[in-house]
Amino acid sequence: MLSIGLGHYLTLAAIIFTIGVVGIFLNRKNVIVILMSIELILLAVNINLVAFSIFINDLSGQIFTLFILTVAAAEAAIGLAIIVVYFRNSDTIRVEEIKNLKG
Amino acid sequence: MIAHSVFFYIFSLIAIVSAVMVTVSKNTVHSVFFLILDFISISCLFIMIGAEFLGMIMLIVYVGAVAVLFLFVVMMLNVAEQKGQWFSSRWDGGTHIPVGLLVSLIIFFELIIVIGGWKYKPDLLNSLSINISTEVTNTRSIGNVLYTDYIFLFQISGMILLVAMIGAIVLTYRERAGVKRQSYVKQISRERDDGVDLVEAERNKGVKIDA
Repeated sequence: MLSIGLGHYLTLAAIIFTIGVVGIFLNRKNVIVILMSIELILLAVNINLVAFSIFINDLSGQIFTLFILTVAAAEAAIGLAIIVVYFRNSDTIRVEEIKNLKG
Repeated sequence: MIAHSVFFYIFSLIAIVSAVMVTVSKNTVHSVFFLILDFISISCLFIMIGAEFLGMIMLIVYVGAVAVLFLFVVMMLNVAEQKGQWFSSRWDGGTHIPVGLLVSLIIFFELIIVIGGWKYKPDLLNSLSINISTEVTNTRSIGNVLYTDYIFLFQISGMILLVAMIGAIVLTYRERAGVKRQSYVKQISRERDDGVDLVEAERNKGVKIDA
Protein backbone atom coordinates (compact mmCIF):
# COMPACT_ATOMS: atom_id res chain seq x y z
CA MET A 1 0.00 0.00 0.00
CA LEU A 2 2.71 2.44 0.93
CA SER A 3 5.24 1.72 -1.77
CA ILE A 4 3.95 2.84 -5.11
CA GLY A 5 4.52 0.29 -7.83
CA LEU A 6 3.63 -0.19 -11.45
CA GLY A 7 0.20 -1.57 -10.54
CA HIS A 8 -0.84 1.68 -8.90
CA TYR A 9 -0.15 3.65 -12.05
CA LEU A 10 -1.85 1.06 -14.24
CA THR A 11 -4.93 1.13 -12.01
CA LEU A 12 -5.06 4.91 -12.13
CA ALA A 13 -4.81 4.76 -15.93
CA ALA A 14 -7.58 2.14 -16.08
CA ILE A 15 -9.87 4.30 -13.94
CA ILE A 16 -9.28 7.41 -16.04
CA PHE A 17 -9.73 5.39 -19.25
CA THR A 18 -13.05 4.05 -18.00
CA ILE A 19 -14.22 7.53 -17.02
CA GLY A 20 -13.41 8.68 -20.55
CA VAL A 21 -15.38 5.79 -22.05
CA VAL A 22 -18.34 6.53 -19.76
CA GLY A 23 -18.20 10.16 -20.89
CA ILE A 24 -18.38 9.13 -24.53
CA PHE A 25 -21.22 6.67 -23.94
CA LEU A 26 -23.46 8.71 -21.72
CA ASN A 27 -23.04 12.26 -22.92
CA ARG A 28 -25.98 13.39 -24.98
CA LYS A 29 -25.57 17.13 -24.77
CA ASN A 30 -22.34 18.36 -26.14
CA VAL A 31 -19.84 17.15 -28.71
CA ILE A 32 -17.05 19.17 -27.11
CA VAL A 33 -17.34 17.11 -23.93
CA ILE A 34 -16.95 13.98 -26.06
CA LEU A 35 -13.72 15.41 -27.48
CA MET A 36 -12.58 16.07 -23.91
CA SER A 37 -13.35 12.44 -23.02
CA ILE A 38 -11.14 11.36 -25.91
CA GLU A 39 -8.38 13.52 -24.45
CA LEU A 40 -8.89 11.74 -21.11
CA ILE A 41 -8.51 8.36 -22.82
CA LEU A 42 -5.30 9.46 -24.51
CA LEU A 43 -4.08 10.72 -21.14
CA ALA A 44 -4.68 7.29 -19.62
CA VAL A 45 -2.68 5.69 -22.44
CA ASN A 46 0.13 8.15 -21.78
CA ILE A 47 0.14 7.24 -18.08
CA ASN A 48 0.51 3.58 -19.01
CA LEU A 49 3.37 4.23 -21.40
CA VAL A 50 5.28 6.49 -19.01
CA ALA A 51 4.80 4.12 -16.05
CA PHE A 52 6.09 1.14 -18.02
CA SER A 53 8.95 3.21 -19.38
CA ILE A 54 10.10 4.16 -15.90
CA PHE A 55 9.58 0.79 -14.27
CA ILE A 56 11.37 -1.31 -16.89
CA ASN A 57 14.02 1.36 -17.41
CA ASP A 58 13.53 1.87 -21.13
CA LEU A 59 13.18 5.27 -22.71
CA SER A 60 11.08 4.21 -25.72
CA GLY A 61 7.81 4.61 -23.86
CA GLN A 62 8.46 8.27 -23.20
CA ILE A 63 9.33 8.87 -26.86
CA PHE A 64 6.08 7.23 -27.89
CA THR A 65 4.22 9.40 -25.38
CA LEU A 66 5.72 12.43 -27.08
CA PHE A 67 4.33 11.31 -30.44
CA ILE A 68 0.94 10.55 -28.90
CA LEU A 69 0.91 14.09 -27.52
CA THR A 70 1.59 15.41 -31.01
CA VAL A 71 -1.17 13.42 -32.61
CA ALA A 72 -3.59 14.30 -29.81
CA ALA A 73 -2.95 17.99 -30.31
CA ALA A 74 -3.52 17.68 -34.06
CA GLU A 75 -6.69 15.66 -33.47
CA ALA A 76 -8.06 18.22 -31.02
CA ALA A 77 -7.41 21.05 -33.48
CA ILE A 78 -9.11 19.26 -36.37
CA GLY A 79 -12.02 18.09 -34.22
CA LEU A 80 -12.69 21.55 -32.88
CA ALA A 81 -12.51 22.98 -36.40
CA ILE A 82 -15.10 20.46 -37.55
CA ILE A 83 -17.32 21.37 -34.59
CA VAL A 84 -17.05 25.07 -35.41
CA VAL A 85 -18.03 24.43 -39.02
CA TYR A 86 -20.92 22.19 -37.96
CA PHE A 87 -22.17 24.79 -35.49
CA ARG A 88 -22.04 27.43 -38.22
CA ASN A 89 -24.09 25.28 -40.56
CA SER A 90 -26.74 23.86 -38.25
CA ASP A 91 -26.68 26.09 -35.15
CA THR A 92 -26.36 23.24 -32.67
CA ILE A 93 -23.78 20.77 -31.45
CA ARG A 94 -26.09 18.75 -29.24
CA VAL A 95 -25.27 15.11 -29.74
CA GLU A 96 -28.88 14.01 -30.04
CA GLU A 97 -29.58 16.54 -32.78
CA ILE A 98 -26.70 15.32 -34.93
CA LYS A 99 -28.29 12.51 -36.87
CA ASN A 100 -27.62 13.30 -40.48
CA LEU A 101 -25.36 10.27 -40.75
CA LYS A 102 -27.87 7.69 -39.57
CA GLY A 103 -27.37 4.52 -41.50
CA MET B 1 9.07 6.93 0.41
CA ILE B 2 6.01 7.74 2.48
CA ALA B 3 5.91 11.25 1.10
CA HIS B 4 6.06 9.79 -2.40
CA SER B 5 3.07 7.54 -1.83
CA VAL B 6 1.10 10.28 -0.04
CA PHE B 7 1.64 12.61 -2.98
CA PHE B 8 0.78 9.84 -5.41
CA TYR B 9 -2.57 9.27 -3.69
CA ILE B 10 -3.32 12.99 -3.48
CA PHE B 11 -2.58 13.65 -7.13
CA SER B 12 -4.35 10.56 -8.41
CA LEU B 13 -7.39 11.35 -6.29
CA ILE B 14 -7.49 14.86 -7.74
CA ALA B 15 -7.04 13.40 -11.22
CA ILE B 16 -9.88 10.91 -10.85
CA VAL B 17 -12.30 13.37 -9.27
CA SER B 18 -11.61 15.99 -11.90
CA ALA B 19 -11.96 13.39 -14.68
CA VAL B 20 -15.41 12.56 -13.31
CA MET B 21 -16.25 16.24 -13.13
CA VAL B 22 -15.18 16.72 -16.76
CA THR B 23 -17.92 14.37 -17.87
CA VAL B 24 -20.69 15.32 -15.44
CA SER B 25 -20.39 19.11 -15.27
CA LYS B 26 -23.42 20.91 -16.55
CA ASN B 27 -21.40 23.89 -17.62
CA THR B 28 -18.95 23.15 -20.42
CA VAL B 29 -16.56 25.87 -19.26
CA HIS B 30 -16.31 24.07 -15.91
CA SER B 31 -15.58 20.86 -17.82
CA VAL B 32 -12.64 22.53 -19.54
CA PHE B 33 -11.32 23.82 -16.22
CA PHE B 34 -11.55 20.36 -14.68
CA LEU B 35 -9.75 18.99 -17.74
CA ILE B 36 -6.95 21.48 -17.06
CA LEU B 37 -6.84 20.35 -13.40
CA ASP B 38 -6.66 16.75 -14.56
CA PHE B 39 -3.74 17.46 -16.87
CA ILE B 40 -1.91 19.38 -14.16
CA SER B 41 -2.22 16.60 -11.60
CA ILE B 42 -1.16 13.95 -14.10
CA SER B 43 1.85 16.00 -15.10
CA CYS B 44 2.73 16.30 -11.41
CA LEU B 45 2.64 12.50 -11.30
CA PHE B 46 4.93 12.34 -14.34
CA ILE B 47 7.40 14.71 -12.71
CA MET B 48 7.28 12.67 -9.49
CA ILE B 49 7.91 9.39 -11.27
CA GLY B 50 10.95 10.78 -13.08
CA ALA B 51 9.70 11.81 -16.50
CA GLU B 52 10.22 15.53 -16.03
CA PHE B 53 10.36 16.43 -19.69
CA LEU B 54 7.01 14.81 -20.45
CA GLY B 55 5.44 16.40 -17.40
CA MET B 56 6.53 19.83 -18.50
CA ILE B 57 5.52 19.19 -22.12
CA MET B 58 2.14 18.05 -20.82
CA LEU B 59 1.74 21.36 -19.01
CA ILE B 60 2.86 23.41 -21.99
CA VAL B 61 1.07 21.55 -24.77
CA TYR B 62 -2.11 20.46 -23.03
CA VAL B 63 -2.76 23.18 -20.51
CA GLY B 64 -1.20 25.94 -22.56
CA ALA B 65 -2.53 25.05 -25.98
CA VAL B 66 -5.15 22.32 -26.20
CA ALA B 67 -7.21 23.28 -23.15
CA VAL B 68 -7.12 26.94 -24.12
CA LEU B 69 -8.26 25.93 -27.60
CA PHE B 70 -11.17 24.05 -26.04
CA LEU B 71 -12.01 27.03 -23.87
CA PHE B 72 -11.87 29.34 -26.86
CA VAL B 73 -14.22 27.16 -28.90
CA VAL B 74 -16.66 26.73 -26.00
CA MET B 75 -16.84 30.45 -25.45
CA MET B 76 -16.99 31.27 -29.17
CA LEU B 77 -19.85 28.87 -29.83
CA ASN B 78 -21.83 30.09 -26.82
CA VAL B 79 -22.84 26.60 -25.76
CA ALA B 80 -21.51 26.80 -22.25
CA GLU B 81 -24.76 26.40 -20.35
CA GLN B 82 -26.45 23.08 -20.97
CA LYS B 83 -30.09 22.72 -20.28
CA GLY B 84 -31.19 19.63 -18.42
CA GLN B 85 -29.10 16.72 -17.27
CA TRP B 86 -25.94 15.89 -19.14
CA PHE B 87 -27.04 12.31 -19.81
CA SER B 88 -30.73 12.79 -20.44
CA SER B 89 -31.94 12.01 -23.89
CA ARG B 90 -34.99 13.12 -25.76
CA TRP B 91 -35.11 10.28 -28.25
CA ASP B 92 -34.57 6.90 -26.67
CA GLY B 93 -35.91 7.64 -23.19
CA GLY B 94 -32.59 7.01 -21.47
CA THR B 95 -31.98 3.41 -22.47
CA HIS B 96 -28.40 4.30 -23.35
CA ILE B 97 -27.56 4.89 -19.69
CA PRO B 98 -27.63 1.29 -18.40
CA VAL B 99 -26.10 -0.01 -21.62
CA GLY B 100 -23.28 2.51 -21.49
CA LEU B 101 -22.61 1.87 -17.81
CA LEU B 102 -22.61 -1.89 -18.40
CA VAL B 103 -20.13 -1.68 -21.28
CA SER B 104 -17.90 0.67 -19.29
CA LEU B 105 -17.95 -1.63 -16.27
CA ILE B 106 -17.02 -4.57 -18.50
CA ILE B 107 -14.14 -2.60 -19.96
CA PHE B 108 -12.99 -1.59 -16.48
CA PHE B 109 -13.05 -5.13 -15.12
CA GLU B 110 -11.21 -6.41 -18.19
CA LEU B 111 -8.51 -3.82 -17.58
CA ILE B 112 -8.32 -4.77 -13.89
CA ILE B 113 -8.04 -8.45 -14.78
CA VAL B 114 -5.22 -7.65 -17.20
CA ILE B 115 -3.45 -5.54 -14.58
CA GLY B 116 -3.75 -8.32 -12.03
CA GLY B 117 -2.62 -11.13 -14.28
CA TRP B 118 0.07 -9.95 -16.66
CA LYS B 119 3.79 -10.65 -16.35
CA TYR B 120 6.93 -9.66 -18.19
CA LYS B 121 8.19 -11.85 -20.96
CA PRO B 122 11.19 -13.89 -19.82
CA ASP B 123 13.95 -12.22 -21.85
CA LEU B 124 12.62 -8.70 -21.46
CA LEU B 125 15.80 -7.23 -20.05
CA ASN B 126 17.79 -8.40 -23.07
CA SER B 127 15.35 -6.93 -25.57
CA LEU B 128 15.29 -3.41 -24.17
CA SER B 129 16.65 -0.93 -26.62
CA ILE B 130 17.29 2.36 -24.84
CA ASN B 131 18.17 2.21 -21.19
CA ILE B 132 17.51 5.20 -19.01
CA SER B 133 20.82 6.55 -17.87
CA THR B 134 21.07 8.02 -14.40
CA GLU B 135 23.97 10.25 -15.31
CA VAL B 136 22.24 12.66 -17.69
CA THR B 137 18.93 14.42 -17.22
CA ASN B 138 15.68 13.11 -18.59
CA THR B 139 15.41 15.88 -21.17
CA ARG B 140 18.93 15.28 -22.42
CA SER B 141 18.47 11.54 -22.77
CA ILE B 142 15.22 12.02 -24.69
CA GLY B 143 16.94 14.49 -26.97
CA ASN B 144 19.80 12.09 -27.54
CA VAL B 145 17.52 9.47 -29.06
CA LEU B 146 14.77 11.68 -30.46
CA TYR B 147 17.03 13.42 -32.94
CA THR B 148 19.01 10.33 -33.90
CA ASP B 149 17.12 7.06 -33.76
CA TYR B 150 13.65 8.55 -34.08
CA ILE B 151 14.43 11.37 -36.48
CA PHE B 152 12.04 10.14 -39.18
CA LEU B 153 9.17 9.76 -36.73
CA PHE B 154 10.00 13.21 -35.44
CA GLN B 155 9.80 14.67 -38.94
CA ILE B 156 6.57 12.82 -39.66
CA SER B 157 5.00 14.19 -36.49
CA GLY B 158 5.98 17.66 -37.68
CA MET B 159 4.22 16.92 -40.97
CA ILE B 160 1.14 15.76 -39.05
CA LEU B 161 1.05 19.05 -37.18
CA LEU B 162 1.44 20.97 -40.43
CA VAL B 163 -1.40 19.05 -42.06
CA ALA B 164 -3.59 19.59 -39.00
CA MET B 165 -2.87 23.31 -39.08
CA ILE B 166 -3.67 23.63 -42.77
CA GLY B 167 -6.75 21.45 -42.33
CA ALA B 168 -8.10 23.52 -39.47
CA ILE B 169 -7.61 26.73 -41.44
CA VAL B 170 -9.19 25.30 -44.59
CA LEU B 171 -12.15 23.93 -42.63
CA THR B 172 -12.98 27.12 -40.81
CA TYR B 173 -12.13 29.57 -43.58
CA ARG B 174 -15.15 31.48 -44.81
CA GLU B 175 -15.27 33.73 -47.86
CA ARG B 176 -17.31 36.81 -47.05
CA ALA B 177 -19.06 38.74 -49.79
CA GLY B 178 -18.71 42.50 -49.92
CA VAL B 179 -15.40 42.77 -48.13
CA LYS B 180 -12.74 44.78 -49.91
CA ARG B 181 -9.38 43.10 -49.86
CA GLN B 182 -6.08 43.19 -51.61
CA SER B 183 -5.57 41.18 -54.76
CA TYR B 184 -1.92 40.25 -54.69
CA VAL B 185 -2.02 38.71 -58.16
CA LYS B 186 -3.37 41.88 -59.68
CA GLN B 187 -0.88 44.01 -57.81
CA ILE B 188 2.13 41.95 -58.74
CA SER B 189 1.18 41.37 -62.36
CA ARG B 190 0.72 45.07 -63.06
CA GLU B 191 2.98 46.17 -65.92
CA ARG B 192 4.54 49.52 -66.68
CA ASP B 193 2.31 50.07 -69.69
CA ASP B 194 -0.85 49.77 -67.58
CA GLY B 195 0.07 52.66 -65.35
CA VAL B 196 2.27 55.01 -67.37
CA ASP B 197 1.17 56.83 -70.47
CA LEU B 198 3.61 58.88 -72.49
CA VAL B 199 1.93 61.84 -74.13
CA GLU B 200 3.37 64.33 -76.54
CA ALA B 201 2.43 67.67 -74.98
CA GLU B 202 1.87 70.54 -77.38
CA ARG B 203 3.03 74.05 -76.58
CA ASN B 204 0.56 76.30 -74.78
CA LYS B 205 -2.19 73.72 -74.86
CA GLY B 206 -1.36 71.32 -72.13
CA VAL B 207 -2.52 67.80 -71.87
CA LYS B 208 -6.04 66.67 -71.29
CA ILE B 209 -6.22 63.94 -68.72
CA ASP B 210 -9.22 61.69 -68.87
CA ALA B 211 -9.77 60.54 -65.36
